Amino acid sequence: MDPVGFCRQARVLIVAGKGGVGKTTVSAAVARMAVEAGLTCLIVEVEGKSGLPAAFGRDEDLTYEEVELAPGIRARTLTPDEALHEYLEDRGMRRLSRRLVSSGAMDVVATAAPGIKDILVLGKVKQLERAAVADLVIVDAPAAGHAVTFLTSAAGLLDAVRVGPIRAQATDVLELLSDPARCQVLLVTLPEETPVNEVVETAYKLEDRVGVRLAPVVVNGMYPPAEGLDVDPTEAAERSDSYLRPGEAEALAEAARFRCGRVALQAAQVGRLAQSLALPQLHLPFLFTTEVGAAEVDVLAAALGEAVRGLPE
Amino acid sequence: MTSLGTLVAERRILVCCGPGGVGKTSVAAAMAVEGAVQARRACVVTIDPARRLADALGLGELTNEPGAVAGDWRGELWAVMLDTASTFDTLVRRYARTPEQAEAILGNRLYRNIAGALSGTQEYMATEKLYELHEEGRFDLIVVDTPPTRNALDFLDAPRRLARFLDNRVFRMVVMPTRAYLKAVSVATQAFLRTVSRVVGSEVIADAVAFFQAFEGMEEGFRERAREVDRLLHSPSTAFVVVTTARRDAVHEGLFFTGRLRDYGFDVEALVMNRLHPRFGGGGVGGAGGRLSQAGADRERARTLAATPLGPLFANLADFRQVSEREEAHFAVLAEQVAPAPVVRVPFLAGDVHDLDGLRELNRSLFPPAVAAPAAGAAAAEPGEPDVSST
Repeated sequence: MDPVGFCRQARVLIVAGKGGVGKTTVSAAVARMAVEAGLTCLIVEVEGKSGLPAAFGRDEDLTYEEVELAPGIRARTLTPDEALHEYLEDRGMRRLSRRLVSSGAMDVVATAAPGIKDILVLGKVKQLERAAVADLVIVDAPAAGHAVTFLTSAAGLLDAVRVGPIRAQATDVLELLSDPARCQVLLVTLPEETPVNEVVETAYKLEDRVGVRLAPVVVNGMYPPAEGLDVDPTEAAERSDSYLRPGEAEALAEAARFRCGRVALQAAQVGRLAQSLALPQLHLPFLFTTEVGAAEVDVLAAALGEAVRGLPE
Repeated sequence: MTSLGTLVAERRILVCCGPGGVGKTSVAAAMAVEGAVQARRACVVTIDPARRLADALGLGELTNEPGAVAGDWRGELWAVMLDTASTFDTLVRRYARTPEQAEAILGNRLYRNIAGALSGTQEYMATEKLYELHEEGRFDLIVVDTPPTRNALDFLDAPRRLARFLDNRVFRMVVMPTRAYLKAVSVATQAFLRTVSRVVGSEVIADAVAFFQAFEGMEEGFRERAREVDRLLHSPSTAFVVVTTARRDAVHEGLFFTGRLRDYGFDVEALVMNRLHPRFGGGGVGGAGGRLSQAGADRERARTLAATPLGPLFANLADFRQVSEREEAHFAVLAEQVAPAPVVRVPFLAGDVHDLDGLRELNRSLFPPAVAAPAAGAAAAEPGEPDVSST
């Protein structure tokens, strides 16, 4: 499948995964890949705080106002409070909105019907989708189990709220989520035991409870297979006509063993994932660094494009 | 100089905090295991353990009551998985004036949502459970894992936030026995709530009003309890341990936590740097003076030897040394901020920690014998070494 086709499957792509798996990095890489394919992108951050600008080499914080992080890639926040404010303002209830928040009544309401905040956020996402603000709208979803709550909020709210505009909003959101031509969910995980278990669990919950279409699952942090490590350093030195300093042979051998060990462990986890979850996988390489900037995102975007091309049409 | 071993030997409460996904739960469980090894009656309160670790700790079912974990230690190891809703129910029953009041609250839909889903409730109940276990006096060491929220310090704010919620002016005005001069206010408030009802649906508002009516008169009990919990957290027998990895974002959060803890009057008394990549062949960074880093030197050699069998070996070594050097750089910043608190390095383990053997392996890094031995002098009258069974 070519990357353009991949990015055009649905206008909304919700990127979800447990904390620490690289959700934000993957969102950035997808955006970069989409732009390379000639599309425009809007990344929506729903928790208000994000490493997204850093992934494009920028150090400002995101705001409710869109900013352009790179040519063709815009980003903004969309927190529940912001969404509520806009929702009420659009309906001529600006004063009510201010009073709801300042009196704390909003907290009470949001607790009485916990899905309300999520519905407001997703409702706004739907509005962005309808307005076709970009070819691809990437939603960097809340972490961990919250992703399931976030996406099941619409169904839950339809049970709790019988009438009124919020119910209408929930109906619209459910329509968006269950239409694979409009919205898909991209799950991200790591090739380790617990993240694999969790992504499988999340996938089943999302399919069962929301009926949302799952895109291929992204496995982040795969050690690139290393060739030529299966040799004894001392022998290799002799054959290379080189000499090793004291201790070097041990360090080289240890590092090679470690790499091969991790590659094998990861392969086992990826195999387990394939057995438990019938979704194609997109593998992204481990980058041997502790931070992700623009250069790293470029590398990941290229790897992602490569992986997408390997998918069947 | 203290060590993590000293904290486990001497303190009564250890609070593990740090960003999500760094292995906090395993570290908390491992510290409780060490407590048991040191002959203490230890209990770990976990929040959301991975299933296999939960099974290993006998937490297959959610009971909210500590269960004993068998092992060859001299002390005791107990584990409990936090059941937020039932901990909250217990609290409501304690402060309700009558059983009928308790039932009215427990059956209210808004209350069920507060107990089950309100952000901050889990954090609040973690400290509540801690307090409850402490008061029971069955354990002399309680280790608490904190919930994996975006802001792992929410649990410090949570009681206050909940108190504010329960004090909500708008709703209390509606339910308060109306005195004449408040009547006008109440009418205005009712009008406001009617408007809100039109947006979110009247059931939601009706539930809320019913909840505040039922809850009337219980706030003071909750407030007093929150003050007691706060006192316990500030007592000298409680220590905060920050757990993080050396990735940039995790270290940033670690820095943020330590700052916030200080704002609340807590010191970080130990820092656990989890999942460090190995530094093959020892040696280190610290190479001041603008010389090429070790990773850089290895990279150079990989390049010149590229065509030979040594090339891939050096390239691989350079990869790992590069990660390690970056980790050390991030790590140094955080270590400096928590100084003089001891810093413990835990290497990247081959697999996930999912059983007691895994926790023991973790403990070989958390409590290295060379450091633990001299520090133990302050702790206990035990002359022997810890009973470390090999696997």
